[in-house]
Amino acid sequence: MAAPMLQWARAGRCWLLGPCPRRMILLFAEPGPGRVRGQSSAAAQEPRPGAQEWAAVVGLEIHVQISSNSKLFSGSQVTFLAPPNSLVSFFDASLPGTLPVLNRRCVEAAVMTGLALNCTVNKKSLFDRKHYFYADLPAGYQITQQRRPIAINGSLTYSLGVGALWSPSATKTVRIKQIQLEQDSGKSLHDDMRSQTLIDLNRAGVGLMEVVMEPDMSCGDEAATAVKELQLILRALGTSQANMAEGQLRVDANVSVHHPGEPLGVRTEVKNLNSIRFLAKAIDYEIQRQIKELENGGKILNETRAFDEKLGCTVSMRDKEGKQDYRFMPEPNLPPLILYDTESLPMGADPQQVVNIDRIRESLPELPSVTRERLVEQYGILPEHSFALLNEDGLLEFFQNVMKETRAEPKKVIGWILSTFLGYLKQRNLAVSESPVSPSSLAELLSLLDDKVISQPAAQQVFEELWQNQGKSPGQIVQEKKLELLHQQEELEEICQAVLDQHPQEVTGIFFVTSGEWGGGCHQHKWLEVSSKAQVFPADLQDELWGWLGVTSGH
Amino acid sequence: MQSLCFNPAAPGFPPLQNQNNINLTLKSPRPAPFAPQYPRRMPTRRPHRTPVQAGVRAGGRDGPENSILPNLHEALLNPKHDQGSSTAANRVRGSLPGDQPGRATLRGKRRPIQDGCAHVTPWQVAILDLFPLRSSFPLSSPWGNEGRAAELRGNCTMLGLSLREVSAALKQGQISPVELCRKCLSRIRETRFLNAYITVSEDKALKQAEESEKRYEKGRALGILDGIPIAIKDNFSTAGIETTCASHMLKGYIPPYNATVVQKLLDQGAVLLGKTNLDEFAMGSGSTDGIFGPVRNPWSYSRQYREKRKPNHHRVDEDSNWLITGGSSGGSAAAVSAFTCFAALGSDTGGSTRNPAALCGLVGLKPTYGLVSRYGLIPLVNSMDVPGILTRCVDDAAIVLGILAGHDVKDSTTTQDPVGPFILPILRDVSKLCIGIPKEYHTPGLSSETQALWSKAADLFESKGAKVVEVSLPHTSYSIVCYHVLCTAEVASNMARFDGLEYGHRCNVNVSTEAMYAATRREGFNDVVRGRILSGNFFLLKENYDDYFVKAQKVRRLIANDFVKVFNSGVDILLTPTTLSDAVPYVEFIKEDNRTRSAQGDIFTQSVNMAGLPAINVPMALSSQGLPVGLQLIGRAFSDQQLLTVARWFEEQVQFPVIQLQELMDNCQSIFQHEKLTSVSLK
Repeated sequence: MAAPMLQWARAGRCWLLGPCPRRMILLFAEPGPGRVRGQSSAAAQEPRPGAQEWAAVVGLEIHVQISSNSKLFSGSQVTFLAPPNSLVSFFDASLPGTLPVLNRRCVEAAVMTGLALNCTVNKKSLFDRKHYFYADLPAGYQITQQRRPIAINGSLTYSLGVGALWSPSATKTVRIKQIQLEQDSGKSLHDDMRSQTLIDLNRAGVGLMEVVMEPDMSCGDEAATAVKELQLILRALGTSQANMAEGQLRVDANVSVHHPGEPLGVRTEVKNLNSIRFLAKAIDYEIQRQIKELENGGKILNETRAFDEKLGCTVSMRDKEGKQDYRFMPEPNLPPLILYDTESLPMGADPQQVVNIDRIRESLPELPSVTRERLVEQYGILPEHSFALLNEDGLLEFFQNVMKETRAEPKKVIGWILSTFLGYLKQRNLAVSESPVSPSSLAELLSLLDDKVISQPAAQQVFEELWQNQGKSPGQIVQEKKLELLHQQEELEEICQAVLDQHPQEVTGIFFVTSGEWGGGCHQHKWLEVSSKAQVFPADLQDELWGWLGVTSGH
Repeated sequence: MQSLCFNPAAPGFPPLQNQNNINLTLKSPRPAPFAPQYPRRMPTRRPHRTPVQAGVRAGGRDGPENSILPNLHEALLNPKHDQGSSTAANRVRGSLPGDQPGRATLRGKRRPIQDGCAHVTPWQVAILDLFPLRSSFPLSSPWGNEGRAAELRGNCTMLGLSLREVSAALKQGQISPVELCRKCLSRIRETRFLNAYITVSEDKALKQAEESEKRYEKGRALGILDGIPIAIKDNFSTAGIETTCASHMLKGYIPPYNATVVQKLLDQGAVLLGKTNLDEFAMGSGSTDGIFGPVRNPWSYSRQYREKRKPNHHRVDEDSNWLITGGSSGGSAAAVSAFTCFAALGSDTGGSTRNPAALCGLVGLKPTYGLVSRYGLIPLVNSMDVPGILTRCVDDAAIVLGILAGHDVKDSTTTQDPVGPFILPILRDVSKLCIGIPKEYHTPGLSSETQALWSKAADLFESKGAKVVEVSLPHTSYSIVCYHVLCTAEVASNMARFDGLEYGHRCNVNVSTEAMYAATRREGFNDVVRGRILSGNFFLLKENYDDYFVKAQKVRRLIANDFVKVFNSGVDILLTPTTLSDAVPYVEFIKEDNRTRSAQGDIFTQSVNMAGLPAINVPMALSSQGLPVGLQLIGRAFSDQQLLTVARWFEEQVQFPVIQLQELMDNCQSIFQHEKLTSVSLK
């Protein structure tokens, strides 16, 4: 059960150049939004012997690919892994004379995301051109929202886990500066052998939401956790698949360090962060690097750095050596984007032509934080279980489907799902949707277990069988394998006799070691084996044996 | 939304052969590269059999050879004229003070055309390139008259007809679309030295005409334009036809799609003859700064101009004395003015349609911004560009606007409100009209002649009962600098896509991507374009943005508000000059640099684009030099219909004379012999 919790169990790091658990206090004692300045003042109050403390400041710019059928300004399809340049409209290739036509779905997705992140949705937003020459930017500019983005001033709350003791009180908030709609670029494939660059424009023009998070985070874990939470929200909303490996969620981190109480340091931008794990790693590395650099009397350059996954470090990209001036200009081909609420909706407006914020607000699905609370309340499961259920794509649905069909206790079900079921998936590197065991099979299995038709070890056996041979129901497997528990007293006595005859040492061993209590370790293992062979529910067998041995049942 | 798939690797559209361009180095009036797709016979006089076939076929077999036939009409007008050297004769309708006595005149009377509607037919021109008109030609008799129609069939090539007239002629079978198309193609060849066309899509045009002919045979004509030849400025995307913007950057670029306006014309059955010349990327006001050389104003070769010119000019001087068309849609203007097509599309960003219309004696309409789709128009300044319409009369412009106007899902800046139909009511009473005369338009550079005609026009309105008031557009003088900043900024942005990667010119440099960009753009753009890109990028720099771009936007708002205030004060239409003077000779024009020229050329037209208003040039009269002077009418936003209605009233009042191009044919030969300036070899 600990495995899925790992995400939440990592503690915040300490940015002292020595062993220092104090930083953890600094990190987590802070109530409310995790502002760096607040932390700094808190730190300044504490007298610190030895090394001077550093505070790190992390802000994120997250590019989220909008889940839509067609691109932001053209009708070409959006599909991952299509043949190169097969999804390119005239507009995407920037043929002269073509014009952008805004995709309504992308606007709705941005509004929905903005609402979910507690943003103010701007009823009027504008599009701008951001100019730079790059081979995978065919028009020579990107259409984005620089002056007036679609949503501003939001916040995202996330929960940090500390060590094995997950604490629901470690809740932090990061402010969302803005969400802007913009075009994705194409992809450049550099063929160094032939010193040429190949351009794939399939991605060019795909709709992105750029979510800009204020520098309210102070370590890789916080950033990773915030991104993870954002990912869950996006998936719940359906506004993005938010799959980092497929580039649907791309994170750039702005990192700087400073002494608490002093002005913020020079920041670097870390790019190429394509997994949450690398995100945390890269930020932590960059913080350490900057501290080391400064401690050694060096200077931090305002530069872009890439994370090298293999080396586990960040390296300068040296692409901003000349000062870039993006020469922003209003996009003249797109009128201002006007959104309405029910009050301002013009009479007789064509619903296909307007976006109603209130309507979208009403249709907002349950957000992950609410889902987790509901799960804890509805099923009486632990908060960490609710996190675990949500963190794995499709797991919650699986759990809920199992719950619908089984009489088993939620706690038992969650135990099975998080340990056995998830363990099997992880071991085989499968997604929940790829599981060979259906929710109803598991539900049936757990019902059989709950009804004491089979024993726990037998259930494990049935699960294994279900995994291997699809198409059979747990009931069939139990029957075929004759795994039903025996409830007849004579049969039980017979078995007890047999057990005592065949395994005298084990039985006595268990008894003596555990002093009549349910044994552990290898004994337990043995015991289970014994009872399993016996098609007996362990507790029944134990009771019987204990009775024979003249001991009161200890469990 | 459109769902178009574009695969750059796909073979796509093969380059057109024999159609790409006009080779201007030709020495002969019967150029070989222009290989016609239909049998070309040696000129022989054919007996006049059935009027339609004989007349038209013979007309189709083009060439100066045809001109050996005596032109009786011409002889009538000018008894001393050498009949053998004339192919075109023109009639003048209306009588203006400058008209010479004895000239045949034709008053624009309402005459019923056989479509049952009442029409004013402003242009009764027939280019008589083959058969003589009889002296008893009943010029003002109605079209509906059978005998008259038969005469027309026999006698006219129809190239000077209005859209309604030629449409009626097609409908009645007086001429077939293929015959008409061939006539136009032949006319294009004859007037090649004007350099009006960059690409003549002869094969495609004939094919379209053939299809049109089949439709007519089945009685299923698509619309009023079915079978009518038109020309398109070479900055509109045309599927399968090279679209160059008169720039090296796009030489050889064959778009895979049609601009919406082009598609709308084709959907009506119009026959697309070719792509017309312009300043590179429409940056200019002379049609002199494109890679295919300058466009010559057909009026340079008109009788009106030649007669008024000082007689002591030496022949060679005369040839170098040809006039500019104005621009940047000069190719379209020359094409319509020289009767090579019935209407042409231009584009208008600062006056690019109205300016050449004024200098070529045409109607040039710049519709309200947002009324006509820009999709497929290769942009100059997106926020000011509008497809423009060049025709020989207001009615024709209204017809074309009716076809083009309306919302386009591919252009988000087009209005979603219903528009049109642009059927012009007959305006008899102008007493309810209020005409504004902006005092700021009395600028020092305005020629006294244009000034006088402007006053005369105002007096005309007043004398017919309209209220004429002086109004103020106080921010007019800032228009030029403001335009300069906004235009160059958008140009810098729009031109960023021309990097040699996806399409267009690419240099041979392959040191690095950046080096390739730089060299490609250096080679691909002319100095004017590069200059504007440079200025535009300067204005957009972070440290300059507020001082230039933002300020210019504010000034633009003030200029637009000037118009709003004037129109809110009760003014219906503003009456202004279109250009400072009539057309100037090329040699004079090129003495100034493009920027100065553009600033001068656009002075009366540009602020209209800033405000997005509809405006139209209506030719008023000939100057003392015998050259057209046009006036501009400006209307309220989306009141194009009213503007056109008033424009037509004005047109009817002034009776602008028809260009007499007979000498154009005379001089073909000598021009080709003296061809120097336009010797641009394209391949």
